[in-house]
Amino acid sequence: MERPDVKVLQEKSRELRKTVLKMLANAGSGHTGGSLSLIEILVSLYMYKLRHDPKNPKWEGRDRLVLSKGHGCSALYAVLSEVGYFPKSELMTFRKFGTRLQGHPQLGLPGVEASTGSLGQGLSIANGMALAMRIDKSDARVYCVMGDGELNEGQVWEAAMTAAHYKLGSMCGIVDFNKIQIDGWCKDTMNMEPLGDKWRSFGWNVLECDGHDFGQLMNALDDAADFEGAPSVILAHTIKGKGVSFMENDAKWHGIAPKQDELEKALREIDGQGR
Amino acid sequence: MDKVDKDLKVDATRNGFGKGLLELGRTNKRVVTLSADLTDSTRAGWFKKEFPERFFSFGVAEQDMISSAAGFALSGKIPFACTFGVFAAGRAWDQVRVSVDYMNLNVKIVGTHGGISVGEDGHTHQALEEITLMRVLPNMTVIVPCDSIEAKKAAIKSAEWNGPVYMRLGRSNSPMITKEDDEFQIGKGVVVGKGEDLTIVACGQMVYEALKARAILAEEKISARVINLHTLKPVDEKILIKAANETGAIITVEEHSVYGGLGGVVSEVVSQNSPVPVKIMGMSCCGQSGTPEELFSCFNLLAKDVAKCAKAILKKKKKR
Repeated sequence: MERPDVKVLQEKSRELRKTVLKMLANAGSGHTGGSLSLIEILVSLYMYKLRHDPKNPKWEGRDRLVLSKGHGCSALYAVLSEVGYFPKSELMTFRKFGTRLQGHPQLGLPGVEASTGSLGQGLSIANGMALAMRIDKSDARVYCVMGDGELNEGQVWEAAMTAAHYKLGSMCGIVDFNKIQIDGWCKDTMNMEPLGDKWRSFGWNVLECDGHDFGQLMNALDDAADFEGAPSVILAHTIKGKGVSFMENDAKWHGIAPKQDELEKALREIDGQGR
Repeated sequence: MDKVDKDLKVDATRNGFGKGLLELGRTNKRVVTLSADLTDSTRAGWFKKEFPERFFSFGVAEQDMISSAAGFALSGKIPFACTFGVFAAGRAWDQVRVSVDYMNLNVKIVGTHGGISVGEDGHTHQALEEITLMRVLPNMTVIVPCDSIEAKKAAIKSAEWNGPVYMRLGRSNSPMITKEDDEFQIGKGVVVGKGEDLTIVACGQMVYEALKARAILAEEKISARVINLHTLKPVDEKILIKAANETGAIITVEEHSVYGGLGGVVSEVVSQNSPVPVKIMGMSCCGQSGTPEELFSCFNLLAKDVAKCAKAILKKKKKR
């Protein structure tokens, strides 16, 4: 698969960050920090690695992506519309009454593979998809994007055992490893380190990368796809609130949206990054 | 059925389910079976033996099993996720809610060991709340077969039914009161004993106790109608409203909590359509160890207890 130009992806990411901030500000609520940390992960999937067809979202041979950290959905929606799953004009309905762009992802919006939001369930759902496709001898892959705070949930580790037990080489977990959860730093709220060792001890092929560096992300996704006989997980080191200095690494921005003046300041800052 | 045959053959409803699931394995390639380390107990093992490639073990991890079942359904399979009722509804309720019910997926959840008829294992393993927990979920269908024959039909019909299903099954043997050629339709209750003075509505193996109560009452010239309400949701409102209108008093009998189970279902329908006195017989405390017979006796769920309640409710009916 030919790799897209990293500069193009970076420019797209800046635009998507701005779109996400506008969606959140327009909604007046939502999850800012964990959406901004996700952008490059989702862009590298939807614009590079995933085998999919936005014009035929139910195509049986497609790779599946489950956003287990459903609260990051503003980033998912922005990326899905960018690649053509639904019109961009719908983005500003995010979180509004009657919208398909619900506060947490819901089945029914093209491109959304599963309703998520109650943390810890996505990896199990993804395993079920992968096992079902194994029966059907499909070569499609399944990706599951999780938050690091989400890994506190015991069910994630039940699912980790299952994927390893069934040697699900078609499974690739990606952790948006931004080190912050609602109550503060993950290490202070519930220490999960050594995280890589945990996954390794559960039988997973563990890859680590800078989750904002497209070269590293694409390498990790390729390496995961080439690895056979066991599931892979990419610990993508990210920055919560990435791209906006006053949002970065601040737990406060987990569950709030920017006000108008904050939005304008944030947009100016992102515009400055492209020059 | 005017008299209850004392020589009825007995079997556990989980066995009927196991046979139904095996038949589904042969007739429907989309059916897969998931189990959380209770493969033999739930009779999922019969499917596993013949269709190992469509059987998936999840270990003692009900939450993972239920969400994985959702993944199977999202990929076109019809998963039957099998464990004890307490674990399906209790341990994994949020997974049932979000991963299964809210997505309205074609997942069939099978909870065996429902009620105090579990017996000696004691209160942790006797599911007494799962009818309530499951039926509050908006898309969930809830079925409690009355005997092994009905359980087999319920399993097969569940696979044809679009959407999530919870099926409650028993561990212990109970009399087989239906026949192979009796019709079974999800959502359609059955009058298994005619009567005019009052109605006894039951589910699961309590239908047998209700029939025996009917025979006791008949000796005292009291004519009790007995309804087997095998589907608690969607509920057969017609059969209940007709019973309320024609008999004027209703008793419900279940080996389940009196809060929100069969009694709740019947009360909701009757109170909003044709209010008549309703007596809810069931459990209002935890279970305990003992034989099923000892426990039914201890918790007043035998035919004689039902007959006693029948006479009491008739007095209320007359007062109206």
